[in-house]
Amino acid sequence: MGFQEEDCSFFHSQMQRAGTSQGRAMLTFMASDSEEEVCDERTSLMSAESPPPRCCQEARQGLEDGENAAQWRSQDSEEDLEEDADHYVCSGVPGQPSGLEEELTLKYGAKHVIMLFVPVTLCMIVVVATIKSVRFYTEKNGQLIYTPFTEDTPSVGQRLLNSVLNTLIMISVIVAMTIFLVVLYKYRCYKFIHGWLIMSSLMLLFLFTYIYLGEVLKTYNVAMDYPTLFLTVWNFGAVGMVCIHWKGPLVLQQAYLIMISALMALVFIKYLPEWSAWVILGAISVYDLVAVLCPKGPLRMLVETAQERNEPIFPALIYSSAMVWTVGMAKLDPSSQGALQLPYDPEMEDSYDSFGEPSYPEVFEPPLPGSPGGELEEEEERGVKLGLGDFIFYSVLVGKAAATGSGDWNTTLACFVAILIGLCLTLLLLAVFKKALPALPISITFGLIFYFSTDNLVRPFMDTLASHQLYI
Amino acid sequence: MTAAVFFGCAFIAFGPALALYIFTIATEPLRVIFLIIGAFFWLVSLLFSSLFWFMARTITDNKDGPIQKYLLILGVLVSVLIQETFRFMYYKLLKKASEGLKSINPDETAPSMRLLAYVSGLGFGIMSGVFAFVNTLSDSLGPGTVGIHGDSPQFFLNSAFMTLVIILLHMFWGIIFFDGCEKKKWSALLVVLLTHLLVSALTFISPHYGINLMSTYIIMVLMGIWAFFVAGGSCRSLKLCLLCQDKDFLLFNQRSR
Repeated sequence: MGFQEEDCSFFHSQMQRAGTSQGRAMLTFMASDSEEEVCDERTSLMSAESPPPRCCQEARQGLEDGENAAQWRSQDSEEDLEEDADHYVCSGVPGQPSGLEEELTLKYGAKHVIMLFVPVTLCMIVVVATIKSVRFYTEKNGQLIYTPFTEDTPSVGQRLLNSVLNTLIMISVIVAMTIFLVVLYKYRCYKFIHGWLIMSSLMLLFLFTYIYLGEVLKTYNVAMDYPTLFLTVWNFGAVGMVCIHWKGPLVLQQAYLIMISALMALVFIKYLPEWSAWVILGAISVYDLVAVLCPKGPLRMLVETAQERNEPIFPALIYSSAMVWTVGMAKLDPSSQGALQLPYDPEMEDSYDSFGEPSYPEVFEPPLPGSPGGELEEEEERGVKLGLGDFIFYSVLVGKAAATGSGDWNTTLACFVAILIGLCLTLLLLAVFKKALPALPISITFGLIFYFSTDNLVRPFMDTLASHQLYI
Repeated sequence: MTAAVFFGCAFIAFGPALALYIFTIATEPLRVIFLIIGAFFWLVSLLFSSLFWFMARTITDNKDGPIQKYLLILGVLVSVLIQETFRFMYYKLLKKASEGLKSINPDETAPSMRLLAYVSGLGFGIMSGVFAFVNTLSDSLGPGTVGIHGDSPQFFLNSAFMTLVIILLHMFWGIIFFDGCEKKKWSALLVVLLTHLLVSALTFISPHYGINLMSTYIIMVLMGIWAFFVAGGSCRSLKLCLLCQDKDFLLFNQRSR
């Protein structure tokens, strides 16, 4: 089929992107290493305000490329990137009573968990709805070159062996790409990385969208002429590129990131053979754990390098849940580090517009000297970040559960709840440990446990109950 | 079948739960989290029940015949026991979490145990209802004729109403159960367990929908009244609320707007 030949080369670039970025999910917490040592780690369950006037969390702009990081960062840090010393944002009102601080942080904690639940749920809903309605994504139509061994073997042992081999190949590809990315980043080949990310976004936003749209139209038997199709796909893709790589409204950026994660997950669901998919999911979680937590893990090194350089995160690989909003505070005492920050447009803040370029003159307005009288209220909206790879692998798990079950919704729902609980636990751990954490292991483990147990144990029980109309 | 039955049954079964969710839970993130954790606990209890039934079946070597029916009945009863056990475990977890939350912030932001009782009951109920009904619902969307082999043509409606009553019952049971645990009134726990067993046992007489459903609804109303009084309501407050004379409630609503 035509599609199959074309997509090999596309998959290469996608895999490059996927391999590096989506292999590992990481939740990181942006701690500041500002010279003032004012802002130390902030966790979701800790004080949101920065104690003293200078709140800067240095943007822990880790190179998120190649890692899926959910990060807690103070929004201030965003604008604090390489700017001058007098740009700083005060977050929080200094001198607040500690009880109030903690209360605020607890509220932030639960709110941020929900801010991640919603996009993860949306991505899963899109994937499950597509899987259940569009048959294209459940048809077996060949495999990726990264999983060369077929699973159509007569014996169970052979099939298992093949899936393990497929997993080994896939994981080694991912590891190789991550290391390649770390090397590129270390040697500051930003243009190359930038170009690579743009290429893969282009593929996702144009080609995969075109294919997806084609299949959906086929399923519902709707005719669409080529000019309309071209216009639609062009607009969708162009706006997507702008939103993701440059500036755009936060909600639109989030929506595009969710859509590209869903598209990528659908590709994986279609092209990964059954058993390989499950083994790969398990192996990716283990790799994620190792890569993020071990001292010599590539992701950890990446984050540390990025922190040393105080560089921004690559856009297009991280989903960010909140806007940076900083309202400037007029200092009553102008002499003390007195600089004002103007309120920024939330949109400008959150779009990561460039990779590693130190100056953001187009993003941050230079603060105008203003009158020191009067105090504006300071607010800091802290956001959580989750890497796109997390979205992709969560959706792959739930999508596979929806695809392979015998029309069984219970399995899908059980996996969904398990993943959400895993995410909740991971965020709780993030609050406790306050450092970069992998977001895949707990959720995927729960998801896998619940998939296999629901499919084999709960399903027969519930089916028997339903057929006798018994309720428990 | 088709869309009318699908939407009708879906809204009958899940309408009240959805309304409760939207109006009382969706606004507060912490409540949503506790709801999902409650749903998870129910899921784990179902897992253990299925494991028990599966093991019982393998022990009896899957022979067909009346023994399967007895095993199923046993499975149902054991499942009810396990569900209530998990409800108790969730209570313990929430108690510990409440204390933890209180120690982190002494301010009054942690939800009260009564609220958590309601949220957890609703979580259990939603998960239970969804698991019981969603496969049936998805079948109702497709083509077919109900009752063509002599079964009742009211199959979907009956299942929808039963699901509704189970969701509401779980919610009331949650409130009564947690209150019993708080006040160390173990009789309340026993009554919850017994009524749950009764409701499940009533479904064994399955083809006679009328008796089944009516009795379950009566039990639900009784439980509802009990839960209302347990949660602090009284005839007076009900009257005030219905006549829109409850000043505290009105003021509270205005404030939150």
